[in-house]
Amino acid sequence: MCLGIPGEVIEFVADQPDLAKVDVSGVRRVINIGLLADDPPRPGEWVLIHVGFALSKIDEDEAAAALQFLEGIGQAYEEELAALQESMIE
Amino acid sequence: MKFVDEYRNADQAHALSAKIAALCEPGRHYKFMEVCGGHTHTIYKHGLEDYLPESVELVHGPGCPVCVIPMGRVDDAMHLAANPDVIMTSFGDMMRVPGSQGSFFDAKAAGTDIRMVYSPLDSLKIARKNPGKRVVFMAIGFETTAPSTAMTVLRAAAEGLENFSVFCNHVTIVPAIKAILDSPDLRLDGFLGPGHVSTVIGCRPYEFIARDYGKPVVVAGFEPLDILQSIYMLMLQLAEGRTAVENQYTRVVPWDGNIVALKAIGQTMELRPYFEWRGLGFISHSALRLRAEYARFDAELLFDVPGVRVADPKACQCGEVLKGVLKPWECKVFGTACTPETPIGTCMVSPEGACAAYYNFGRLSRQRVKEVSRS
Amino acid sequence: MTPAGQIGQRTASGEDGGEAGQDRRASEDHSAGWVAEALRAHDELTAQAAAVPNPHDGRTKGSPQPLPGTVREEQVLERIDRARRSRPRVKEQRITMSHGAGGKATRTLVEAVFLDAFRNPLLEPLEDAAQLHVNGSRMALTTDSYVVSPLFFPGGNIGDLAVNGTVNDLAVAGAVPLYLTAGFIIEEGFPVDDLRRIVAAMRDAATAAGVQVVTGDTKVVEKGKADGCYINTAGVGVIEHRRTLGVAQARPGDVVIVSGPIGDHGITIMLARGELEIEADVTSDTAPLHGLVAGLLAATPGVRAMRDATRGGVATILNEVATDAGVCVVVREDDIPVRPEVRGAAELLGIDPMYVACEGRLVAVVDGAQADSALAAMRAHPLGASAAVIGQIADDPAGIVLLKTAFGGTRIVDLLVGDPLPRIC
Repeated sequence: MCLGIPGEVIEFVADQPDLAKVDVSGVRRVINIGLLADDPPRPGEWVLIHVGFALSKIDEDEAAAALQFLEGIGQAYEEELAALQESMIE
Repeated sequence: MKFVDEYRNADQAHALSAKIAALCEPGRHYKFMEVCGGHTHTIYKHGLEDYLPESVELVHGPGCPVCVIPMGRVDDAMHLAANPDVIMTSFGDMMRVPGSQGSFFDAKAAGTDIRMVYSPLDSLKIARKNPGKRVVFMAIGFETTAPSTAMTVLRAAAEGLENFSVFCNHVTIVPAIKAILDSPDLRLDGFLGPGHVSTVIGCRPYEFIARDYGKPVVVAGFEPLDILQSIYMLMLQLAEGRTAVENQYTRVVPWDGNIVALKAIGQTMELRPYFEWRGLGFISHSALRLRAEYARFDAELLFDVPGVRVADPKACQCGEVLKGVLKPWECKVFGTACTPETPIGTCMVSPEGACAAYYNFGRLSRQRVKEVSRS
Repeated sequence: MTPAGQIGQRTASGEDGGEAGQDRRASEDHSAGWVAEALRAHDELTAQAAAVPNPHDGRTKGSPQPLPGTVREEQVLERIDRARRSRPRVKEQRITMSHGAGGKATRTLVEAVFLDAFRNPLLEPLEDAAQLHVNGSRMALTTDSYVVSPLFFPGGNIGDLAVNGTVNDLAVAGAVPLYLTAGFIIEEGFPVDDLRRIVAAMRDAATAAGVQVVTGDTKVVEKGKADGCYINTAGVGVIEHRRTLGVAQARPGDVVIVSGPIGDHGITIMLARGELEIEADVTSDTAPLHGLVAGLLAATPGVRAMRDATRGGVATILNEVATDAGVCVVVREDDIPVRPEVRGAAELLGIDPMYVACEGRLVAVVDGAQADSALAAMRAHPLGASAAVIGQIADDPAGIVLLKTAFGGTRIVDLLVGDPLPRIC
């Protein structure tokens, strides 16, 4: 029920300012973007979709920052693993 | 899939797992509650508990809005649906929830017009297409979903639809969390906050948990790495002696929430004085109903609804499972009387409920799982 | 008129605070028959358990001692396994859509009602086709009914399914498909042109599969029944090999191979219903698999079993292997081929592709030592170009299907409960 899926806004629906077509991994559906009326999403932007409504925009900068953090952790981990392995060679 | 696959990287998971383990104080046991059914689902679906040290335990809280609906309300909905000129519309999750006379599924088998919809807007469509029928939408969900119902009601009002109404069972998360916090047998070290509810209500509503109860809260996303990172953030707070509300799900959750969504809820709905939560009992100001101005869309006012309270069987121990006091397999009727096909209580009813999730996904003991994983 | 609810007043069935509820009819004792039934079943099982001495039980006379957590959990798991092994019974009074989904409810219905009534050694294996001996020849016999809605969808129509589905049930038994029957139940008012389209598709599919429709039947029912057109086909084929095929043959060390991406058909149908207003580039994978099967059998003596993945999807077949052979099936999520559009649609709808029907996909259990040649044989055929090994058979824990997630964790893949996608085929 908490099902919220990221989707990319493709285009607006003519004559219906509340509606936009989104793409989720090649699957397209029209959804209601009325809850984002204060800052409507533009084509190319990503939104979180829940039961046919866009609840929030996906902030690409925050997403990038989050990924950087994760990659950093992954990197540090790999470096440690590598260090561990090297130290095993006498 | 963008914004999904990146958060499922196994190496990064191992790294986070190591960091979490490094923060564990010897001899101390950590219990974190995740309040959202979606989190329970992810944890089991991806086998996340394999990534946590033995001393870190996840407790599954009352975050499943389908599960907490009392059987009596389901009976009311079935009664509504049984009306010959009613088309009942509902999310898929509700279809299998049994009342005392069976579920929507069973009623459908007996000929009742009940239709599954993906969005409340689909119900509006059905109403427009069937002017001779009265379409009722079974509205369920926390604050995540309430704005969608609100927008749908506003749309129906704008269009002057006369054959559409809502049977409103929206519940709010904070009172449930407070009920858990106030319960005497509880020993929790922190909370994973509900990510999608927070896109609507923001992070402020959880500040009382840190301030008044001294427990850290991290608002968490739904991908496996989101959850691991959130647990890491909780551990860090504990290790550094801080208690605060933090947002891990920054790519989606704004600190102040979604004002437009909150306004839509405020315009169309108000808090009920009390509402019964299955397993938790009556909680005040924990559920929503339509405002008087929208009475023409309120199925409870338009129809004669029995309103009979149906208590859970005495054997049901859902209350303790919901509060994290019992694990699913510790309930006496788990797996025997209570199974996904015959769910006696709330925790087994929806696939996101703690017991159903464990039954479907996590039935192996961690011992056996570790053996298999190593092979 | 109930005392509680009157039109115009809020009923407060959920709202009542205790004190105000004096006139509320609270049922402490359930009128829910199904709950009482379930509790009775629980009592029976607990009584059974108490009768069996349990080596883990730390109790001494008069002083029950608390057991360590993992031991208690083991006991519960054993209790659940006992419950699952107990004799199948249909508890419902009426058939629901779950009974047609191909999952748990279907299996229980088949075992408790049909198998129970018709019981004989030929029926017992409950494979896709029955294997018969007629005058020294081995033959396979199968039947299937097609109730798909909508009748026409991207990739084909009910006619394609009606031929390919039955051909495939024969093929996976290792039979050469020969003859089909075709029984039609048609709704009054159904356009004859649509019927011609369906039959033309059947003709073409039959030619492609090398079978002939040799007999049939036609019934017409009143408007409102049969939803346009239902078709039943029965098929017969001859088994020329001498192997014993069947999921019960699976043994530790075997591998599980799937012939291509899963879930295409089910998702196509779901989207074609138009109610969800989702557009995607997916088409049904309906196809006859006899050629692919022939190639596989010729190259691989160590084929244990083959199944075509229809209702209930790949997950259902894996569970049948685990249960019937008493083995553990371990699959890797990363290795299961799924098209991005199918994955996207499934995510949107909250459905797991492993439970979604296919109509032209093969699941094969093969001797591990011959995995490479089996894969090569399948990939040599156009329908098997994306064939992949998705997992292997282990001996423990028996009867269970495990999934190693892309993420590195492990979880169980159980039989389907309920019906996410009704009237799929």
